Amino acid sequence: MPDALSRLLETRDWLLADGATGTNLFNMGLSSGDAPELWNVDEPEKIRTLYRGAVNAGSDLFLTNTFGGNASRLKLHSAEHRVRELNRAAAELGREVADAAGRPVVVAGSVGPTGEIMVPMGALTYAVAVEMFHEQAEGLKEGGADVLWVETISAPEEYKAAGEAAKLAGMPWCGTMSFDTAGRTMMGVTSAGMAEMVEKLPYPPLAFGANCGVGASDLLRTVLGFAASGTERPLIAKGNAGIPKYHDGHIHYDGTPALMADYAVLARDCGATIIGGCCGTTPEHLRAMREALETRPRGPRPSLEEITEKLGGFSSASDGTGDDEVPARTRRRRRG
Amino acid sequence: MAEEEDEIILSELPDEELVLQMHDDLYDGLKEEIEEGVGILLARGWTPYKVLTEALVAGMTVVGNDFRDGILFVPEVLLAANAMKGGMAILKPLLAETGAPRMGKMVIGTVKGDIHDIGKNLVGMMMEGAGFEIIDLGINNPAEDYIAALEREEADILGMSALLTTTMPYMKVVIDTLKEQGKRQDYIVLVGGAPLNEEFGKAIGADAYCRDAAVAVETAKDFIARKHNQMAAG
Repeated sequence: MPDALSRLLETRDWLLADGATGTNLFNMGLSSGDAPELWNVDEPEKIRTLYRGAVNAGSDLFLTNTFGGNASRLKLHSAEHRVRELNRAAAELGREVADAAGRPVVVAGSVGPTGEIMVPMGALTYAVAVEMFHEQAEGLKEGGADVLWVETISAPEEYKAAGEAAKLAGMPWCGTMSFDTAGRTMMGVTSAGMAEMVEKLPYPPLAFGANCGVGASDLLRTVLGFAASGTERPLIAKGNAGIPKYHDGHIHYDGTPALMADYAVLARDCGATIIGGCCGTTPEHLRAMREALETRPRGPRPSLEEITEKLGGFSSASDGTGDDEVPARTRRRRRG
Repeated sequence: MAEEEDEIILSELPDEELVLQMHDDLYDGLKEEIEEGVGILLARGWTPYKVLTEALVAGMTVVGNDFRDGILFVPEVLLAANAMKGGMAILKPLLAETGAPRMGKMVIGTVKGDIHDIGKNLVGMMMEGAGFEIIDLGINNPAEDYIAALEREEADILGMSALLTTTMPYMKVVIDTLKEQGKRQDYIVLVGGAPLNEEFGKAIGADAYCRDAAVAVETAKDFIARKHNQMAAG
């Protein structure tokens, strides 16, 4: 039997994913510095409320509260021995909320980065990364997650390691990277580069795309880059609700529900199938996005100018794809 | 060029050529070649400080500029920083012996409430790559930990990082505590992290906001140079 996400994708031509996890938990009283994952056991009702917020706003898919649920991140809170337990608990709560929704809702087990830098630049080996992701994946699977949702990755090797872990756990998976550095990931991957990498994976994701990053415009430029690769795989767009701004001593994300509604429709026109928000995206934003996706017609693929006009400018002139590629430095001599 | 390149023998290059070659080798992250080059220059009678500044720091400046301009990305820069560290390991004891001016010492960590450390780690690695000494306090640091480390280590620079909009205001608490204790002028305070901007850095009384790790290195060098000038003038 096909998995829950594949079944939904067969019957629908767009799906609404969820919004923020961290930002919304802070609004519910999570203290900065505490691991949100501990709430899966200590404050289950608040996590149910978080999930229900997305489901009641119309999300077809939501992510579990397990972004930092790998051993490397939990170690910062001396909870590295609780990986399986915390992930299982998060997925169980998600299962409960999804099954009560009265319509098909997918529980996506969030898998965030390890936060470590991989060899040869850093200390994390591919094998250890696979092991950590696998441990988390087994917990999510036990708790009843439908699909693994790898997100905010910047290194290609880490993305591949998460994919291998999904295979080991026998779970379907989706995976997004964060393009926050001049249109590339922190490790220099372009949208075209990611599309190419994904197609070469031995156990490819059901869908791939971009999340977080630097605001809605940049994210859509990245989605256009994926679409230009000609991939047949469903694309994911999960952008932040604007950019955090500091005003009179407090900070807020400047993306209004109206702007996120425009973003959602444009994301679909750019070629995205699974559309959601990331940091700063509240249920209020999601409701506006759902309404826009249901009521506004599809349009032609937007140009970069149209995106700028509706959502604001890009953070960098180029994103490293196509003709924009920067010339390599001229070397004195090449060796080796 | 179409002709075959001969194998480059570092020890056969005149000083000027060798230094340029070392800049290229840093750019390519070739650690062993950098270590060899440092050894050759020292054997030719260069002072450790001259090797550090002209061969290594100057080479890393090219790397930093290309990172800033979007030509290089984090992986290449980290490999270059690693090659630089190889050279530094040879130079460090010699620099201390010869009483050469230090590049500077930085205490770095994410602020109380913030557990996101990858940006902080990158800054630390690149600062080390540029020859600074780094005291890494890790994540979730209260003001008193920063200040205790600054004093214990006789550091020059305080680097604070925050990823969350909820934690960035804590930077102001640390700076205000330094002020209350009359120590603010003793240290250069640099702040960074995704949600910050220059305006915020000014508003909380930091010396500078650094957009990325390369900018942090350049800014730190700048402030340290000014500090040395002041000391020379004083």
